[in-house]
Amino acid sequence: MKYMTEYRDAKLVHAFLEKIQKIVTKKWTLMEVCGGQTHSLVKYGILDLLPKEITIVHGPGCPVCVTPQSLINAAIEMAFLPNTILCSYGDMLRVPGSKMSLLEAKARGANIRVLYSPLEAVDIAKQNPDKQVIFFAVGFETTAPANALSVLHAQRSNLNNYSILTAHVLVPPAISAIMDDPMTKVNGFLAAGHVCTIMGNSEYYPLVEKYKIPIVITGFEPVDLIQGIYMTLLQLEQGIYKVENQYARIVKEEGNPEAKKVIETVFDISDRNWRGIGIIPMSGYAVREEFAQFDAMKKFNLIENDSENQQECIAGEILKGIKKPKDCTHFGKSCTPINPLGAPMVSTEGACAAYYNFSTI
Amino acid sequence: MCLAIPGKIQSIELRYNNTVRMAKVSFGGVIKEASLEMLPVAQVGDYVLVHVGVAISKVNEDEAKKVFEYLKEAGEIDELYEENSNF
Repeated sequence: MKYMTEYRDAKLVHAFLEKIQKIVTKKWTLMEVCGGQTHSLVKYGILDLLPKEITIVHGPGCPVCVTPQSLINAAIEMAFLPNTILCSYGDMLRVPGSKMSLLEAKARGANIRVLYSPLEAVDIAKQNPDKQVIFFAVGFETTAPANALSVLHAQRSNLNNYSILTAHVLVPPAISAIMDDPMTKVNGFLAAGHVCTIMGNSEYYPLVEKYKIPIVITGFEPVDLIQGIYMTLLQLEQGIYKVENQYARIVKEEGNPEAKKVIETVFDISDRNWRGIGIIPMSGYAVREEFAQFDAMKKFNLIENDSENQQECIAGEILKGIKKPKDCTHFGKSCTPINPLGAPMVSTEGACAAYYNFSTI
Repeated sequence: MCLAIPGKIQSIELRYNNTVRMAKVSFGGVIKEASLEMLPVAQVGDYVLVHVGVAISKVNEDEAKKVFEYLKEAGEIDELYEENSNF
């Protein structure tokens, strides 16, 4: 496919690898904050190809992984309400809640539908005026405009049976939380290309200044990733730090103004509880007060309780890049994709599942 | 989760009482619909990046070629560039 397969060329990857080998003189640790990038890095074997001085750690870049159990419990509770259809992206279904996953709830008779787009959920609401339709709106900045757009479509159609359960998280506050942790080993970041497609580059300049680290906005194909790693290492070896854009075929400096407008219309920035990390101030989106009738938590009077996550799972340290999946004694033994102890093993984009499925390291 | 795929716009039609531009987008021959509400300038023939049913960016074709040109200048991938220059 055009604009995809040509960026999977092994010869191009090796050309960048040679350049990396020529410039690296010290040990460096880089972090990507996007589950799609984690998946590609492990699947295409890029981690095995890098010089031994380079360590790549995997940040909290999978929204499915960082959604707290309390919200999954709330989604399950909603799915069992009478005359209700709960719609979700497929990734969320297998994540364990305190008692069960959405998939188990579906097996027990809850009306749960897997959708490709939130706009489909609005159509379902139109077709089922006697039922309440709730969309489990998970995602980073990339997905926020589409989820917000579904609310605007519902409002435009005067629907009173559509609402969203938001679990929206933001990348820049997560980078700050990682860099503020005294245990951090991260020297530079690959920023998530599709998050920046929406938001642009501007949020990253203050982070570069504050933490004196390079941030390179990077795409998802093997050539993108290896070029992003090369650009980050080049800055580190030269002792400079700035925002660079490897993914300029998609990401524009200002992002997508129309998409940002839709986000700002429907959402406010709010504190968010990240599974494995805890509350990060101003790190997510909540539905604005004027759209309260489309906010499922308010509409159904549910409270996000503080159910604790699995104690034996080291997801928090993995998501901050302090430990790698194979540092966990449960990895591949009592914790597998079939029977996950924590969320990074559940989603295919979680670091643990990516290592379990593809890694030989 | 942030997976987004580039595809080519085949046709555009107005929906929802003419308020929304919806496109049929071809992803290597597989056709899916995408909303163009966030890309008011997108036209038939453009390559756009689609995420969960919404087009979020138009591919910049000049920038897309730069990685090949950059390595060509470095004299590292002459034959590769030839292979990829007609994409």
